[in-house]
Amino acid sequence: MATWKRTRGFWVSVILAFAFFAVVEWLIASGTLNVFYVNTLFFMAINVMLAASLHLIIGITGQFSIGHAGFFAVGAYASAVMTMKLQLPFAVGVLTAGVAAALAGLIIGVPSLRLKGDYLAIATLGFGEIVRIALLNIDYVGGASGMTVTHMTTWPWVFACLFATILVIANFTNSTHGRACISIREDEIAADAMGINTTYYKVAAFVIGSFFAGIAGALYAHHFYIIQPSNFGFLKSFDILIFVVLGGLGSLSGAVVAAVLLTIVSTFLQNYPETRMIIYSIVLILVMLYRPTGLMGTKELSSLFKWRKAAQGGMNHGGKNTVA
Amino acid sequence: MAAKTPLLKAENVGIQFGGLKALSGVTMELYQGELVGLIGPNGAGKTTLFNLLTGVYVPTDGRIMLDSETLNGLPPYKITRKGISRTFQNIRLFGELSVLDNVKVAYHAHARHSIASSILRLPSHFRGEKEMEEKAIEFLNIFQLDGVMHEKAKNLPYGQQRRLEIARALAAQPKVLLLDEPAAGMNPQETKELMKLIAFIRQRFALTILLIEHDMSLVMGICERIYVLDHGQLIAEGTPEQVRSNPKVIEAYLGEEVS
Repeated sequence: MATWKRTRGFWVSVILAFAFFAVVEWLIASGTLNVFYVNTLFFMAINVMLAASLHLIIGITGQFSIGHAGFFAVGAYASAVMTMKLQLPFAVGVLTAGVAAALAGLIIGVPSLRLKGDYLAIATLGFGEIVRIALLNIDYVGGASGMTVTHMTTWPWVFACLFATILVIANFTNSTHGRACISIREDEIAADAMGINTTYYKVAAFVIGSFFAGIAGALYAHHFYIIQPSNFGFLKSFDILIFVVLGGLGSLSGAVVAAVLLTIVSTFLQNYPETRMIIYSIVLILVMLYRPTGLMGTKELSSLFKWRKAAQGGMNHGGKNTVA
Repeated sequence: MAAKTPLLKAENVGIQFGGLKALSGVTMELYQGELVGLIGPNGAGKTTLFNLLTGVYVPTDGRIMLDSETLNGLPPYKITRKGISRTFQNIRLFGELSVLDNVKVAYHAHARHSIASSILRLPSHFRGEKEMEEKAIEFLNIFQLDGVMHEKAKNLPYGQQRRLEIARALAAQPKVLLLDEPAAGMNPQETKELMKLIAFIRQRFALTILLIEHDMSLVMGICERIYVLDHGQLIAEGTPEQVRSNPKVIEAYLGEEVS
């Protein structure tokens, strides 16, 4: 009974998620959603995965990494090599993408996570650029002209990957391991003094984040027919960073909401190519002016539903305190 | 007290930052169950000694031993797991985390469920989390913080933040507790209550406590032995009475007599 109460919110979200999946699947099958909308939807899901994975690194663990597009690229190319060059099934490509990106995260994370703040940002920015330049110069993957990739990304794949990303990151965050990561963000010296192996958790968050960025890369590569190193420049890293900051550092639902909204905004603005970047920038400036902590602050969507309960609990406590 | 092996021992410990000798030749012994004070004027090296004992700095000379095991060079988190826990002079709570979660973090080192079990929400995750929560609430009850356990730590009033820091340090289940100016910024009434609390937790958890304090009268009141640091060196050691009448201590605190 207690378990049911504790996990009720979880099962409700799972059921809602699958209902959403079924509705979209039906809309696609019946042809109500045209290619344009499906494209936007897939792009949205990929952005949400990227935002959620970077949220774990920046928002939860507080490690300012701005080379996320590098892991995205590693995933995209690793999966494309698997399916296009080695003719392996898509599933192998997706898994390889995650593992390759996670490995890259481990290799980059172990030395660079000793650095703090600005220095870490520069190191990860450097990593992102190294990946891009390396891909540019490897003829096996097509160099500057990129690789052509068969379209294999379907809605069930997108949904499954998105669902797994959110579930893993949310479950990780809401456990003692997530709290360990947050304690590092809040005060690394105190976390260390409380017995938290800070290096281990920084690297763990980095590796998990990279893994899902890699998976997103695989979906991206097999959706847009062609991948080129220029798709993975540092501007892409900044796009992802913007989702996380705009959503509210430390809020998973914030990152998700921001990724969805900004994908819609930028898709809509494609009709106005001349003014697109100007309007996009103005939107960002306005949000930051009026909501400097991001759309959600550090709150989660689920806390909105719990709000009434919490308010009652708070009043009870308040009453008790006054009496005492 | 038949067995006379010290629980925590600093042997001729010193540290040099570049050309500056912050501490040199400090020898200190803490026995099981003792409450020992560490006093000295500003800049004497009290907090530096704490940082050496907890592994924040690695001593350039000497040895630090806990239960006759050398701690030199271990990272702070390992030293904490071996049984030395501390509070900070300038409060270092996890501000955005709730009071309850602050304590849970300190209990983390004793959690047995893995990252994988948490991601997959295996039964071991729920068991582990439940155990943690119960333990954490137990500590908060002792410190009368259970009424505010869902508040963010940064929103607590100053006195409660100080208490929470001690609760958190205790949740790491130390053998030796190091308190760095726990009464700093408290009024006399709060200080008195804090001292009662320290005496109580020492009994209840069979702790050995080393306490840095500025307020001489306070240290004299509750500590059994006192070490006095000045300019990075130990200048006196003994019972409060011995220390109080020690001419070197008087000189360090009040200045040299003009003759």
